[in-house]
Amino acid sequence: MARQAKLCGLLAEFEDPALVVEAIHRTREEGYSEFDTYSPYPIEEFADAQDVHHSRLPLIVLGGGITGALTGWALQFITSTQVYPMNIGGRPYNSWPAFIVVIFECTILFAAFAAVFGMLALNGLPRPHHPLFNVPGFKRASQDRYFLYIESGDPNFDAGRTRDFMSGLGASEVSNVED
Amino acid sequence: MPDANATPDAAKILLRPPIIAAGHTPATVTDKISAVITDATPKWWYGGLGMSLSLLGIFAISVAWLLFKGVGVWGINNPVYWGFAIINFVWWIGIGHAGTLISAILMLLKQDWRNSINRFAEAMTIFAVACAGVFPLLHLGRVWRFYYLLPIPNTFELWPQFRSPLIWDVFAVTTYALVSILFWYVGLIPDLATLRDRTKNRAVASIYGILAAGWRGSTKHWHQYEVASMFLAGLATPLVVSVHTVVSFDFATGQLPGWHTTIFPPYFVAGAVFAGFAMVITLTIPLRHLFGLQDFITMRHMDNMAKVMLATGLIVVYGYAVELFIAWYSGSPYEQFMVINRMTGPYKFAWYALILCNFLAVQFLWSSKVRGSLVGLFIVSMFVNVGMWLERFVIVVTSLHRDFMPSSWGMYTGTIWDWGTYIGTIGLFLTLVFLFIRFLPMISIFEMRMIVPESAKLKKEH
Repeated sequence: MARQAKLCGLLAEFEDPALVVEAIHRTREEGYSEFDTYSPYPIEEFADAQDVHHSRLPLIVLGGGITGALTGWALQFITSTQVYPMNIGGRPYNSWPAFIVVIFECTILFAAFAAVFGMLALNGLPRPHHPLFNVPGFKRASQDRYFLYIESGDPNFDAGRTRDFMSGLGASEVSNVED
Repeated sequence: MPDANATPDAAKILLRPPIIAAGHTPATVTDKISAVITDATPKWWYGGLGMSLSLLGIFAISVAWLLFKGVGVWGINNPVYWGFAIINFVWWIGIGHAGTLISAILMLLKQDWRNSINRFAEAMTIFAVACAGVFPLLHLGRVWRFYYLLPIPNTFELWPQFRSPLIWDVFAVTTYALVSILFWYVGLIPDLATLRDRTKNRAVASIYGILAAGWRGSTKHWHQYEVASMFLAGLATPLVVSVHTVVSFDFATGQLPGWHTTIFPPYFVAGAVFAGFAMVITLTIPLRHLFGLQDFITMRHMDNMAKVMLATGLIVVYGYAVELFIAWYSGSPYEQFMVINRMTGPYKFAWYALILCNFLAVQFLWSSKVRGSLVGLFIVSMFVNVGMWLERFVIVVTSLHRDFMPSSWGMYTGTIWDWGTYIGTIGLFLTLVFLFIRFLPMISIFEMRMIVPESAKLKKEH
């Protein structure tokens, strides 16, 4: 049973990243908010133009690090003083200076996991399917082309008008994104 | 980028070879690096993999015999309980350190030239840590009881002894291995997406696709991605320093003359970076030639790596000098005997060979001619690979074999099974390297796109 293709938005392909920076400014002036750009490598100018500066990741990493430190400390403190106290040369059960190394390693480990999985979660990855993958030309977003995608969910979106607007930005091609 | 206001210093920089050959664009970089994977397999690759697999076979035989007979097949004895297993463990883990240094520390320092070699160096780290991890486990004797090292609840209600550097080592090396894998994987995600989009074979494309986790290269995603990368670099930097520091604690917290010194942590960390850069040079010289990647791994990289090797080599030599000085200055007869025994005892050849490899051979790197010659660099790096193994041999064996009481002195030599296990892990390492260069991009494609002139131009305009 064939499914009705639904228009998710319009995708403009660019050959020159400088045009995209211009296009982002124009798109924002035009009042669009539900849009994003795609590039084969991180481009600071795109992020600046889109005003993408904030990230919750630092807090997530801090949380991971603190959890790791507490876990490392609790593991050693509880096992060495409560569960399995061992008298080693008369040293105190809570030999905290000797515990620093494991606390440090646990801090790094938990913080690194928080950084990676936090990044993936904030980006909504892994996501095996996305309507953009239905556009054959989008394969070049991971190679040598730059894309602007305006979603149909944007209040200003109008298939005809938005297409005309995007064609005027210097795009080499504008395609429908369907799902 | 040097510009018109160039000072004489900047003019000098211009004369240095570039970090990427002229005329490249994001498209050519992508084509050239992914061609290594998508093109037909070159014949030499089968030869290389076959050779590595036969060395891996030696490893399998050596380990099988070890497990069948026990650690007695090795040369370890009383008083030298720590033989090849610990020497090789420290050697391998040290080699891994250059990878983290290149990927993390040079990233924090914004050294663009690292973009050509970081992927390969990170892979080398992971493979070297895998080889390193084998040795302490085999040294346990009953390797199937390795879980005793881990803090897991058990029916005996036993827990690890957290005051012991050996358990610190378990945490440090495990953390190092896991964080290195995470860092490597995060770096690979955009390149896996490139391979997903370029591979013609649908089945292979879907494997790369699953690994790429649906990466689309969105600007919003790139932003989080870069924040995450900076965090990983910031976390890996103190981690890598801690790992070899903890490895040196295995020795330094002991009371044995030759081990019980405070210079060990910095000296081990410098030695690790030194050994690791030597290994990166040893491996990249043939690989860049075989795959025709001279445009990306240029003589500038070789020159920079040689300089890092020279600098860290001098720190290592400083470590040797401090050991000698402290032996004299401490007034401890045992420390003094240890030094004299190293230089004139039964293992003196190892000590002199070590000085030849790690001190004299490295001095050639002062010359820009040697740094600019692949043959010269390869020879020096091989000297360092051998020298750093000898250094660990000298530390482990000459310290242990003659300690405080002459009645407990002894001698140590590795048996054929010691050598078999050691050569076998070289096979394991090379097998992993050959599989890696065939199936994953050995140069970070997206980071190369960032340094091509076209993207640098965008930076200038805005």
